[in-house]
Amino acid sequence: MDLNLMASSLPKLLSAAFITLKLLSASLIIGLFIGLLFAILRLSKNSIINRFAYAYSYVFRGTPLLVQIFIIYYGLGQIEYFRSTFLWVVFKEPYWCAIIAFALNTGAYTSEILRSAFQTIKPGIIEAGKSLGISNKIIFYKIQIPVAIRQSLPAYGNEIILMMKGTSLASTVTLMDITGVAKHIVSTTYKPLEIFITAGGIYLFMTFLIHNLIKYLEKKYSFQ
Amino acid sequence: MDLLTFGKTGWGDELFYATLMTIAVSITAMLIGFLFSAIFTPLKLSNNKFLNLIANSYTTIIRGVPELLVIYLFFFGGSGAIMYVASIFGYNEYIEINAFITGSVAIGIISGAYSTEVFRGAIQSIDKGQFEACKVLGFKRYIYFLKVIMPQMLRLAIPNLSNVWQITLKDTSLISVTGLVEIMRQSYIAAGSTRDPLLFYSFAAVLYLILTFLSMKLINKLEVKYSRGF
Repeated sequence: MDLNLMASSLPKLLSAAFITLKLLSASLIIGLFIGLLFAILRLSKNSIINRFAYAYSYVFRGTPLLVQIFIIYYGLGQIEYFRSTFLWVVFKEPYWCAIIAFALNTGAYTSEILRSAFQTIKPGIIEAGKSLGISNKIIFYKIQIPVAIRQSLPAYGNEIILMMKGTSLASTVTLMDITGVAKHIVSTTYKPLEIFITAGGIYLFMTFLIHNLIKYLEKKYSFQ
Repeated sequence: MDLLTFGKTGWGDELFYATLMTIAVSITAMLIGFLFSAIFTPLKLSNNKFLNLIANSYTTIIRGVPELLVIYLFFFGGSGAIMYVASIFGYNEYIEINAFITGSVAIGIISGAYSTEVFRGAIQSIDKGQFEACKVLGFKRYIYFLKVIMPQMLRLAIPNLSNVWQITLKDTSLISVTGLVEIMRQSYIAAGSTRDPLLFYSFAAVLYLILTFLSMKLINKLEVKYSRGF
């Protein structure tokens, strides 16, 4: 074990952690909106809309994230027409491709988490709202959504951690996140054990922080 | 579409064998994972604080670190570590470990961390009376585990194990970075030589979807079998 190398590679890896965090937060924010939208579509009584939402979550949950990134980054660029549209400005950047892939992926999982949360809301809460004469729209936005989000916090916390681990795949499309930088350092120093263990330690620390943040939020917004 | 036909001009047969490879790696990894959970689940449930600590660090570290990093560590660090051990015994030649073995072991260790948690949860949710009844009846330890605890545990564990299986199956796509020719690697090769990444990666996605769909059907049957009488 080369402890000096571990210490000297730490600053480089830590600055790469910012890219990991940027990828994570951007994809989580977009993914949350996608997830909420598709959870609502899943609850729709229209069977076409319902099936469309189910197919989306099935496809994105049933295929590896790596395939999804590769289709978006390598695959879409192949379509001649697509390259001439304004969307190409976004899709030619590996950074945005990674975020789009991550957001679509986490959106699929989030939609499942939120759907089950919506379905397990106690009917009494909604009935109480109705008997107070609150309109359906306000019941939905002010009662159902906040309660669903609170109920899905533990599962969503797991999803955040899974997504954080997923961001390491950004290194396969040339992005220099923690894993990307670690691999680069290994290719120049030939010390895989030291570097990958240091990188793993940073990831572990981030997992620990996210875990505790979710625990804190669960306590803060507990029903009791 | 000609590119997906079988034979010399198409990639159909290559992708078919790659799919078999994915299945083989997933099953091997899942079995290695069971082996790890057979070791670590008892440690998690034991009353000894030190043994608990070992098992908890295993599951926490593996589940808190990206799968890709674990695979890199095994693939790039594994041969170095083995060569170091071999050098102690006086063997100084270069040792290259098989990509299938490193890949399966790396994925197996990850899958083992998840299945350890599943088995722990399943055993803990078995009624305490069952354990006590076995003790009162004076069953031998392994008989009471195999005949009483195991069947009840499997019923509770199978739905969650099917999630672990899905995670394991999808994680095998990451082994492509080590050069093992499974679905992802074969699509990468095909995409590179035909300059048609969209077709091949989409086809890879379809193959994975078929695999997850079929395995879910199979696991559902198992689930029905083991929940008879409940």
